[in-house]
Amino acid sequence: MVTKRIIPCLDIKDRVVVKGVNFKSLEYAGDAIELSMKYYKDLADELVFLDITATEEKRKTLIELVKEIAKVIRIPFTVGGGISTLENIHELLFAGADKVSLNTIAVKNKSLISEAAKKFGSQAIVTAVDVNLINGKYEVFIKAGKEATGLDGVEWCKELQDLGAGELLITSMNKDGTKSGFDLEFLSKVEKSVSIPIIASGGAGKKEDFRDLFTDSGISAGLAASLFHYNILLIPELKKYLSENDIKVRL
Amino acid sequence: MITVLDYGAGNIASVKNVLDELKVDYLISSREMDLCKGDKIIFPGVGEASFAIRKLHLMNLFNLLRIIKKPFLGICLGMQLLADKSEEGNVSCLGVFPGTIKKFDYSALQVPHMGWNNVDHRSDNKLFHNIKSGELFYFANSYYMPENEYQIATTEYGITFASAMMKNNFYGVQFHPEKSGVPGIQLIKNFIELC
Repeated sequence: MVTKRIIPCLDIKDRVVVKGVNFKSLEYAGDAIELSMKYYKDLADELVFLDITATEEKRKTLIELVKEIAKVIRIPFTVGGGISTLENIHELLFAGADKVSLNTIAVKNKSLISEAAKKFGSQAIVTAVDVNLINGKYEVFIKAGKEATGLDGVEWCKELQDLGAGELLITSMNKDGTKSGFDLEFLSKVEKSVSIPIIASGGAGKKEDFRDLFTDSGISAGLAASLFHYNILLIPELKKYLSENDIKVRL
Repeated sequence: MITVLDYGAGNIASVKNVLDELKVDYLISSREMDLCKGDKIIFPGVGEASFAIRKLHLMNLFNLLRIIKKPFLGICLGMQLLADKSEEGNVSCLGVFPGTIKKFDYSALQVPHMGWNNVDHRSDNKLFHNIKSGELFYFANSYYMPENEYQIATTEYGITFASAMMKNNFYGVQFHPEKSGVPGIQLIKNFIELC
């Protein structure tokens, strides 16, 4: 049986890990390479890096960072932020990333998803979906949560699967930074509608939140950032707790 | 010296990083000459099967790989290409291992099969030296090799499939040892030192 995955997310700005609060202000959270090595030792199952500066000038710096990360860890990692062409994807994968995460561009240029899946395989294409609960409706947002799209969360996830995405990284903006638990209601709706693996993000504040996310659910992975960066929750401790609660994890 | 076969579609950076860590002498190439020169071959495959086979034909490597006598390790797609055939792109493959690569049943399972899963090896194959049976390795595959007489390890995902195989000098693993932490490094070390 496949184990449930615990994934630290590292938001990168100029090679440094930062933490955004409710998609707004930024705080320093650590050095990208040092944190990567720490999480590898702590048996994190995967890492996700999101370049939040993501400008064309800084793309070269990001590629160099990806090469360095690939040298020091032996677990898979995903890189996202500002990817808009097949060439961008190619560069990141050949620098050592295992997957790329596409978000805004997926809405702006759907054919990129299908072309990328065909060229690099679905397993390398993660699509990130930021949803916010507005008047009882789950709506998709892009541009780091700044722009509403009018798209329905569940329908968009289904469409991404049909386009060839290999995984969904779902961030519940209404939960992000609140530490009040994952948005189980929305996640469960998506899980019933798609057959690709789902990574849940937004709202984790304690180990019980991960237990609730994984118990009797098909959600594959739980992602969190500051919770791990600031040592509020240690991955070995979290995994031990999940294992004691009959959730299969890599120990 | 190890030759890492790079046909230009796969991410070979991760395999290269492990070989650097193990301080092994290696050459990354797609030239027939370099494959003949090396002592062993590692074939990390990522991408789509019919595209990869077409590349091997274009590079004049298809027939060479079928008959080569050196220890050969195919990883992920690199293992699947050693089968007779693949349902992915409905393509004839190298034909080292009899059988057809099939797609997981996505009406019943999450596909791709993505994440860490147990690799049960009941044999005492050298490839798994110092690795316990049931150890977790990282997988990322939508297609699988059904159980067969050449399997040296199996994994369960809805069905039981062959997650490692061996026939003569040919070894294949469905998972990614280069992405599977300490046990993965051990497996690559075993291939280099013992196989």
